[in-house]
Amino acid sequence: MKHPGWWRLAIVGGAVLALELACRGGIIDRVTMVPPSQMVVALVRMMIGTPWFWSDAGATFRNIGAAIVLSIVPGFLIGLMVHALPRLRAVLNPVLFSYYSVPTFVFYPLLIVIFGIGPASLIVMGAMFGIVAMISATLVSIDRIPRVYGKAARVMRLSPWQTALRVQLPAATPHLITGIKLAVAYSVIGVIAGEFIISTAGLGRRLTLSYNGFDTATMYGLMLLIFIAVAIVNTVLQGWETRVHRRWYRA
Amino acid sequence: MRQRWSDYAILLMAIVGLWQAAYYLAGPEAITPPLATVRHLAVLMDGARFWEHARASGVAFLYACMVALAGGLVLGIAIGASPRGHEILTPILSTLYSIPKIMLYPVILLVFGLGLSAKVAFGAMHGFFPVALFAIGAIRNIPPVLLRSARVMHVARLDLVRHILLPAALPEIVTGLRIGFATTFLGTLMGEMFASSEGLGFMMIRAMDIHNVPDIMALTLLAFVVATAANTFLLAVEKRVHAHGR
Repeated sequence: MKHPGWWRLAIVGGAVLALELACRGGIIDRVTMVPPSQMVVALVRMMIGTPWFWSDAGATFRNIGAAIVLSIVPGFLIGLMVHALPRLRAVLNPVLFSYYSVPTFVFYPLLIVIFGIGPASLIVMGAMFGIVAMISATLVSIDRIPRVYGKAARVMRLSPWQTALRVQLPAATPHLITGIKLAVAYSVIGVIAGEFIISTAGLGRRLTLSYNGFDTATMYGLMLLIFIAVAIVNTVLQGWETRVHRRWYRA
Repeated sequence: MRQRWSDYAILLMAIVGLWQAAYYLAGPEAITPPLATVRHLAVLMDGARFWEHARASGVAFLYACMVALAGGLVLGIAIGASPRGHEILTPILSTLYSIPKIMLYPVILLVFGLGLSAKVAFGAMHGFFPVALFAIGAIRNIPPVLLRSARVMHVARLDLVRHILLPAALPEIVTGLRIGFATTFLGTLMGEMFASSEGLGFMMIRAMDIHNVPDIMALTLLAFVVATAANTFLLAVEKRVHAHGR
């Protein structure tokens, strides 16, 4: 067992196995947690036999996707603008730093008054939660571009557009990816929290319903689904990040 | 970048201006105007019930911070100090960090029941991972040349930790603690919203349920002011530590 991946697999596998045994052996009672194997069974059963599953899962993932786009693209553009105006940046600094200690979804009821109960409120909620991480990451990413690149671009007589697209954007990419990762994570939290509080469809609502109805198996099946989805997206982004880092920081 | 007092003044004026404009656009059923919100907050803070809730929140936050910061630091430093441990465990930690912990609120409720321990668990869960990940980064980023020079100079182990490792790693550790502090605050409030029957977070969710807009606005204002004040203070500490390291 030389490769760290095998060790990782062994640790995670061992933890899952321990959980399975603890649940089956009665150390953890059935109302609190079902064995991991039953979570998988519950999830698969939902996927093939439950009429609401695909429409609710589809609604949630659609909303999350829209929220991610609406936090990354405007977040990047606002970041560029704020970076160009240092005074504005100095003014906004305290907000950028303390934004994530306040549960933004307290504004969700206000969004419902404005946008109504439905996807629009949830998407705005997720985007509101994700956008600030992207703005901050964009600011940092431009800060970290080495000055010498700009000088080199000038020596090579690149036009401003060429400088932006061929030099600055690639040099900013490592930190931009970090921002994208955070924006994704926060968008997911925003949308799901909104679904917990008030919604007519979605996985968050189903999770609350199954919790209230003591349907523990369904509840854990849904959590497993969200966990798998987030882990896949995170692994893809992490892989991208590692590749970019290797290209930039190769010794 | 130095923060000037005029920056705060401009920020404050901009927020009040936008807020007032939003009030005219969205109407009283969605937003209360700034002045009325401050007045309402003062009325809320005058009642004894408010301080009971505030104390409950404070206690929960304190415990959650202790668990998150101490646990995160110990685990982070232990993993950071071992290259093999870092290689194996850091990806697991960063995956756990990325899962939306809010979806786990039913589990926390089932395991801990409604009350203090659920809130503490929820808050600590949010703060633990960033503290640990920053501590790992702090230890990993110590320039190897410092360790090599220390070995050449036969520095004793305890002196190595006190005079070389700690000063080199401290700035990044402090950054991690600041972020852990902020996320624990968020986590504790969320825990109170979903897994509690007392505290400021509980007041918020109750106000949301009965659509009591003045309460929502006043409590959000309070949370934002407290968070911003704490953050500004910690940021100043952090800047001092960073400047000292140079």
